[in-house]
Amino acid sequence: MDSVIESLPKLWDGFTTTLFLAVVSGVLSLVVGTVLAAFRVSPLRSLRIIGATIVEIGRNTPLTLVFVFFVFILPTTGYILPLGRVPAVIALTVYTSAFVCEAVRSGINSVGVGQAEAARAIGLGTVQTLSLVVIPQALRTVVPPLINVLIALTKNTSVAAGFAVVELTATGRSLARDFPTDVLWMLGGVAFFYLVITIPAGTIAGAIERRVVFSR
Amino acid sequence: MRQRTTGWIALAAAATLTLSACGGDDTPSVEPSDVEAADFPEGSTMAQLAEAGSITIGTKFDQPLFGLVGPDNVPIGFDVEIGKMIAAELGIGEDDIEWTETVSANREPFIQEGQVDIVVATYTINDERKQVIDFAGPYYVAGQALMVRADDDSITGPDDLAGKTVCSVDGSTPAGNIEANYPDAELVTFAAYTDCLDPLRNGQVDAVTTDNVILAGYVSESPEDFQIAGEQFTEEPYGIGLALGDDEFRTFINDVLEASFEDGRWQAAWESTAGEVLDTPEPPAVDRY
Amino acid sequence: MSGNVLYDAPGPRTLRIERIASIAVGVLIVGFLAWVVVGMIDRGLFNERWAIFTDPPRGQSAEDVWYSLLVRGLGATLRAAAVAAPIALALAFVLAILRTSGLKLVRGPAVAIIELLRGMPVLLMMFFGLLAFGLTSFEAVVFGLALYNAAIVAEILRAGLAALPKGQVEAGTAIGLTRWQTLRIIQLPQVVRLMLPSLISQFVVLLKDSSLGFIVGYPELLRTMQLNYSFFGDQYRLPLFVAVLAVYLIVNVTLSRLAVYIDRRLSERGQHAKQATVLLPAGLDVVETKGP
Repeated sequence: MDSVIESLPKLWDGFTTTLFLAVVSGVLSLVVGTVLAAFRVSPLRSLRIIGATIVEIGRNTPLTLVFVFFVFILPTTGYILPLGRVPAVIALTVYTSAFVCEAVRSGINSVGVGQAEAARAIGLGTVQTLSLVVIPQALRTVVPPLINVLIALTKNTSVAAGFAVVELTATGRSLARDFPTDVLWMLGGVAFFYLVITIPAGTIAGAIERRVVFSR
Repeated sequence: MRQRTTGWIALAAAATLTLSACGGDDTPSVEPSDVEAADFPEGSTMAQLAEAGSITIGTKFDQPLFGLVGPDNVPIGFDVEIGKMIAAELGIGEDDIEWTETVSANREPFIQEGQVDIVVATYTINDERKQVIDFAGPYYVAGQALMVRADDDSITGPDDLAGKTVCSVDGSTPAGNIEANYPDAELVTFAAYTDCLDPLRNGQVDAVTTDNVILAGYVSESPEDFQIAGEQFTEEPYGIGLALGDDEFRTFINDVLEASFEDGRWQAAWESTAGEVLDTPEPPAVDRY
Repeated sequence: MSGNVLYDAPGPRTLRIERIASIAVGVLIVGFLAWVVVGMIDRGLFNERWAIFTDPPRGQSAEDVWYSLLVRGLGATLRAAAVAAPIALALAFVLAILRTSGLKLVRGPAVAIIELLRGMPVLLMMFFGLLAFGLTSFEAVVFGLALYNAAIVAEILRAGLAALPKGQVEAGTAIGLTRWQTLRIIQLPQVVRLMLPSLISQFVVLLKDSSLGFIVGYPELLRTMQLNYSFFGDQYRLPLFVAVLAVYLIVNVTLSRLAVYIDRRLSERGQHAKQATVLLPAGLDVVETKGP
């Protein structure tokens, strides 16, 4: 138990790295994922096809393989990234964007066509229809699944442990080796830091979801 | 060949695919000796292995010169030859050896859990490891060294590492040494040394550190890219890992090693593997602690 | 794309403009891909390295390369998934039943366990198995996959139970079945059929996560790829990666398609799939909400 207290600074460093990866890749994948979603609902068929293809590949490729590509494969083709956080953020963003896209798209689809038709019928223009009627409703259904995607992202940052990033899980692994008699405590400490993020976020997602369901 | 066909059928059937390694097209280079279980003390590990007629040996699968496995799944290298030699003394031919990959991070657990009978895997004997397993040997003494780019002369020893990025393998002795004794160096770890090579070539890291003989293998493969920087700065006696407290087995392996030092089998094993790149050293003295 | 929320149904003129724009964008995309390929040719990426699949160097046979990837590598990946999935499903049944129990004393711990397992990275659970419980790397992979997916599948089953019409349970109670009998004979068979598409999707997730074995030292497909390029040299990384990516995509896309197919079959046969999808909480992202 004392060893956990003693290791707290290291755990905290790992935690901040995990947070960094989650926040930066989270923001980037929200942007990229929304662009992809725009592709998928666009009136242009070629954009829809390319969007669907990217999402299909993204959802069916293991995250570890995405990491392997950016850390081990890409450099052999002459495109060299610095080791550590940069390829990790890119890999996490590429992978998570596909899931953000699906969440946003199903949010848009969840708004009944009648809503938009009614808006147009009372004379609202395209911009007003979108900003006053469609987007406010879509946002409410989109937020809970998006939070779930971001929770998954937070957990997925652990994969970076295998690719030269000393985040929480990598810290836990090296502490487990430094204190062989306290392995359970060390990994438990690491688990605690993850749960501090994931459980409250999950609870918030659940609460929003219930409010949305009731307000319908 | 037969096993391979069986394998393809298994895949086609999408069955659960429990496949053992195949291979062994070559004629054995080490003939098993003519011993039986009865030649060993009853109940000893040697008797059990001789009785079973097979042995599971853990080794590295990605270490040029010591333990390297191609897609045909036939391991080659000095460690592999040492393993074959011990098996032969138990009357086990090389076709009856099951090779299991052990990486730096999992060698002790593999021995403790009994997943392997012995580990011959560029495995440094040290006191920390001796608390959970036992070592026979050493059969070779290596030393930690640094490998840098061929055109880089700014690093000549571990003291030049401050502020530099060093790549090594997770859970290995060299990585631990850098972490403990050269805290100003930035350590980057991967699961395999081969993953450190490209980053070194590309300038993503400044040095790769592990035992000199392992580095020599990489330098020999790409002499235009890499060089060894300075001298070795530690002593790494390579031992054969076995279950803690199995003194009979340990003594047996030590006897086998000493005999091989005497009768030239050790030298022959070296020359056919690591000796293609490195000079043949004097065999070390076995440490019967 | 008739009846879209985002924009009004296009007229003939807009349709024409859209078609032209679509072709223009298509040409741009094809041009971009061509540019990438030309760049790859310029960098010499289409050289003899691809011969690894037909005539590899270092005295190895092409058959051995394919055998190592498809049988040993993919075999190990499928084996971990095939062992973990039934364990996860069995645990999930137990958790889901406890989670929906009428007794708070039973429900509480079940909720806690599910939240705990869902909230942790799979990789961390594998490290628990490997470092804290002394499991082998194979067991550690199965351990992590089974526990994590048990929690997720338990939530899928719970959503399925909630989606069944109340009358099903009431009918069971009316003919004198106990709660356990109602569950076993009436509810669970329907839930499994209803949730089969989600369960298959989750199996794809499990299969993908088995690649974490790469990090904990289990010699699955990715590790086999790594051993291959360790042996042959760095220039073979790209072709080996492309092969492994193709293997994953073929396996996972086939399974995903199967899920969609079963989903469609179920709704055609008048099961409650469609209705249930609407009733499901939106947070269960494994279930796709159907578009208008």
